[in-house]
Amino acid sequence: MKRYFDMDRRQFLKVGATLSSGLVLGTHLLSVPRAQAGVLDQPDPSGLRANLFVALRLDGSVEITCHRSDMGQQIRTAIAQIVADEMEADWQQVHVIQAPGDAAYGDQNTDGSRSIRFNFERLRKLGASARAMLEQAAANRWQVEVATCKAQNHQVTHASGKQLSFAELAQEAVTLTPPKAEQLTLKPRSEWRYIRTGKASIDLPDIVQGQATFAADVRLPDTKVAVIARPPVVFGTIKSLDDKAARAIDGVIDIVRLPESKAPAGFYPKGGVAVIADNTWAANKARQALKIEWNDGDNAAYNSPAYKQSLLETVRQPAARVRAKGDARKALSGASLTHEAEYYVPHLAQAPMEPPCATARYAKGAVEVWAATQNPQADQSLVAELLELDKDKVTIHVTLLGGGFGRKSKPDFSAEAALLAKHIGGTVRVQWTREDDIQHSYYHAVSAQRLEAALTPEGKIDAFYHRTAFSPIASTFTAGETKPESFELDLGFTDSPIHTPNLLLERGEARAMTRIGWMRSVSNIFHAFAVQSFLNELAHKANQDPKDFLLKAIGPDRHIDFAAQGATYANYSSSQKEYPYDTARLRQVIEKVAEMADWGREMPKGRGLGIAAHRSFVTYVATVVEVEVSDSGKLDIIKTWVAIDAGAVVNTDTVVNQCEGGSIFGLSCALSKGITFNAGRAEQSNFHDYRVARMNESPLDFEVSIIDSDAPPAGVGEPPTPPFAPALCNAIYAACGKRIRELPIGDQLKS
Amino acid sequence: MIQLTINGESHRFDGDPEMPLLWYLRDELNLTGTKFGCGMAQCGACTVHFNGEAQRSCVLPMSALEGATVTTIEGLSQDGDHPLQQAWVEHQVPQCGFCQPGQIMQAAHLLASNPSPSDDDIVQSMAGNICRCGTYPRIFAAIKSQVSGKHGVTLVEPDSAPTPATSRRGGQPA
Repeated sequence: MKRYFDMDRRQFLKVGATLSSGLVLGTHLLSVPRAQAGVLDQPDPSGLRANLFVALRLDGSVEITCHRSDMGQQIRTAIAQIVADEMEADWQQVHVIQAPGDAAYGDQNTDGSRSIRFNFERLRKLGASARAMLEQAAANRWQVEVATCKAQNHQVTHASGKQLSFAELAQEAVTLTPPKAEQLTLKPRSEWRYIRTGKASIDLPDIVQGQATFAADVRLPDTKVAVIARPPVVFGTIKSLDDKAARAIDGVIDIVRLPESKAPAGFYPKGGVAVIADNTWAANKARQALKIEWNDGDNAAYNSPAYKQSLLETVRQPAARVRAKGDARKALSGASLTHEAEYYVPHLAQAPMEPPCATARYAKGAVEVWAATQNPQADQSLVAELLELDKDKVTIHVTLLGGGFGRKSKPDFSAEAALLAKHIGGTVRVQWTREDDIQHSYYHAVSAQRLEAALTPEGKIDAFYHRTAFSPIASTFTAGETKPESFELDLGFTDSPIHTPNLLLERGEARAMTRIGWMRSVSNIFHAFAVQSFLNELAHKANQDPKDFLLKAIGPDRHIDFAAQGATYANYSSSQKEYPYDTARLRQVIEKVAEMADWGREMPKGRGLGIAAHRSFVTYVATVVEVEVSDSGKLDIIKTWVAIDAGAVVNTDTVVNQCEGGSIFGLSCALSKGITFNAGRAEQSNFHDYRVARMNESPLDFEVSIIDSDAPPAGVGEPPTPPFAPALCNAIYAACGKRIRELPIGDQLKS
Repeated sequence: MIQLTINGESHRFDGDPEMPLLWYLRDELNLTGTKFGCGMAQCGACTVHFNGEAQRSCVLPMSALEGATVTTIEGLSQDGDHPLQQAWVEHQVPQCGFCQPGQIMQAAHLLASNPSPSDDDIVQSMAGNICRCGTYPRIFAAIKSQVSGKHGVTLVEPDSAPTPATSRRGGQPA
C-alpha cells in the first residue's frame, strides 16, 4: 500500500496505455441500470477514461479506484476491502487510487452516510467480475471447465492442485469478454476475507509521518497563494476599497474583486476582495491592510437573540401539518396529566480541522482543481459554469479532506481558486483561515421546538404533539424560502417512532439570514435532542425508569408506515421495503446498550446515567452516558456506551472509531455556544470563542457494540452523533436534577 | 539573515522576520506535515519541536529562530518508527488524520520531558491539540501504551513540572 494520488494514477494510465497491458475492468455506472453494474468493459484504448474501478497490473498488483471522498471515515480502505475481498486479491498487493470528479462513476457526493449503502453491492459485483475473468483465463490455459477453477488469495487453483498467480493470468484475462451481471456469483458471508474486519486504514503510515496529501499540501510549480476578504454579512457588497497599503506589501501580486453573491446562495463564492501573493504570510498581511467598506444589505438585520424569540414564538403557534394520527389536540385538552417543554439549539459550524482550501491551475482554456471536496462533480459543474467552460475542460482532483462534516460538500472555495487562476492565467491556492471558516460557513440551522404530551394514569403516551422551526437549508437553493423541505424534516422529525393513538407533527417557517448547510447528521441533531430529552422528562413525570419508558414509548415491534399517516418520507434515499423503519431494531440497540452499561445500578450522589436512542441514515444507535456533576456544577463524563445496528458493516474498526468520534462530535454540539449573529455578522472567529470538545472535556472511556446483522448496509459516519447530546443531558438530570433544554450547556449547571 | 537547523539541515532565511515558522516550513521548504489549523495557537495542528520544546509554529516568528533547532514531523524519525508513530498505527488512531502530526509532536515532547506522565498529565498536555474527528480516546490510549515500564524506571516528577508554554491556554478555552 503506498501513497497514491492522482498524479500516480495518471502516470499509471499513461504507462498502461503505452504498453497496452493490464486487465482494466470498468463499469458504466450511470448509463446502465444498477443491476448491470457488474458488467465489464474492455479497457479504453486511450487509457484516459476515468470510469475504471479495478486494474490488474502485469506484475499482479491490483489498483482499486475510490470514487468517494475520504474525510476520516476510511472509505478508501473500505472500498478496497469490498473489491479485494470479492476479487480474492491479496491485501498486500492492493493499491488504492483516488478518482477525480466524473459522472461516469455515478454519484460521488460523499454525504448522507451512503458510500457503503449505495455502493456495497455494485463493488462486490465488480470484484466478482474480476475474479470470474481470472478463473476463466486459468480454465482456458488449462483447457478445463471453469467450475473446476477457484480464485483464492491472488491465485487460481485447479481441482487437481495446479496453480497460476494473478500476474501470470493478467495478459490472458484482458482478452476475455466480461461475464454478464446475472452470471456473477458473490462470495457467501462465511468466506469474506476482508469485509467485516478491522483492517487498518491504508493511509495510516502516511498520516503519522506527515506525508499524506491534504488540500493545502498540494504542491505545484509556481503556485500563488490567495486569501479573500469576504463580506461579513451574507449578500453584502463592496462599497469602497482602498488597497494602496496592501499592494505595497512585499510579495503581493494582485488584488482582485470577486463577483458579488446574491440570493440564493447556492454553492457560489461569497464575493469580496482577493489578495494574491507569493506566499500565505504576505497574502494574510496584505488582507489585513485592505480598507474595505461594505454595503451590508438586508441580512444586517440578523440578530440572534431576537431571532431566537421569533423561532420560539413560531413553535408556540399551530403550524403546517407534517404527519398526524388520531386527534392530539383534543386528547391534550381533555387530559389530566400533561407535560410540555421547549428546546433550542443555536447555529453551529462544521469547523473541519483543515479549513477549506483548493488549488487551481488554468492553462489553455482548461482548468484543473485539487480540492478537499466531498462532492467533486459539484465542483466541476460550478467551475465550468463560472469559467464558462465545458465540463470536460474542468478536472477536479480530490485530496484527503482533513475533515468535512458537510462543509466541504459546498464547492465555493474551489470556484474561488478557479476564478483567480483564470485571472492570473496560472496556478492559485486559495487558503481559508480559521476565521474565514468560522465566519463564512454554511451553518447548521438554528432551531426551536415545542413538545406537548398527554399521559395516561399508567404513564402511557396518549398524545404527542411536536412542532419544529428552523432556518431551512432549502433557503440556500431557493431565494427567500422559509419552509423546510422533506430532506430536513425527515431527519428525526417526520419519522418519530412514538407509539401513541394521537400524534401531531407540525413545522413552522423561518427566514434564513445567513447561508445554511448540512452538518454531520443535520437536523437529526436538534430533533433527537428534543425528542429524546422530552421522553426522559415524561419518564420522570410518570415516575418510571427512563429506559423502560423509552421502550414503551417506541411500542411494539413493527415497521412504521409514515405515508399512512399523511407524511412524505424519503427514508434517506433508500427504499422503505429494503430499509423499513423497524422498531425492533431500535429496541434491540436500547436493550443492548442498557446491558452494556449495567443500566439500573445504584449510583453514588452526583452521578447519573442517561440514555437516548435514534434512527438516522437508516441506522439504529443507542447511547448511554455516565456523568458526575459536582456541587459547584463541574461536569465530568465518566464513560460512554454505544450500541449500533448499521446492518452489514465493512470495516469494524471504522465503525467503532466513528461511534467514538461521532459521540464526541455530539459533545461539541452540547458544549459549543454555537455561532451567534450581531448585525448580520458571525460573532465568533476561531477556536477560542467557537468551542469544540478537547481531550480534557471528552469521554476517553468508550465501549461500542456492533450488532451482528445480515441486513443491508446502512450509514455509519453520522448516526452516532444525534443520540449523544440527549443521553448526556439526561445523565446530567439524573446526576443533579437540572434539565437542559437549551444548548449549549454553558453555565446552566452552576447553581 | 536568520540561520537555523531544521530536521538536521541548516537553513538561512532572509525574508520577513515576522513570518511565522509555519509558513516558512510549508510555503518555502515544502515541509507540509506541519499543518495550519487556526493561526493563533488554539488547535496545535502546527506543533513542532523548537529547541526541544513543543511549540505552535503558527505564532512563532522567524525572528525568534536565530540559531534554533527545529524538528518537524518529517524529522521525528527515520522511517516512521518513533515509538509514538508506531503506537498511533497500532491503535489505529487517525480518522481524517489532519491533526495527527501535531498530536504526535505534542505527545513526543510530553514523553521526552516526562517518560511517566500520569493520566492527568497526558490529558493536560494534550488539551491544547484539537481533533475535530474526536479521536481523543485513541490518542490517549496510544500515549498511555508508551508510558509505563517502557524504560523500566519511573522518573521522580519535579515539584512543579514545566507546562509547555503552548498548551497553557489550550486546556482552558475561553
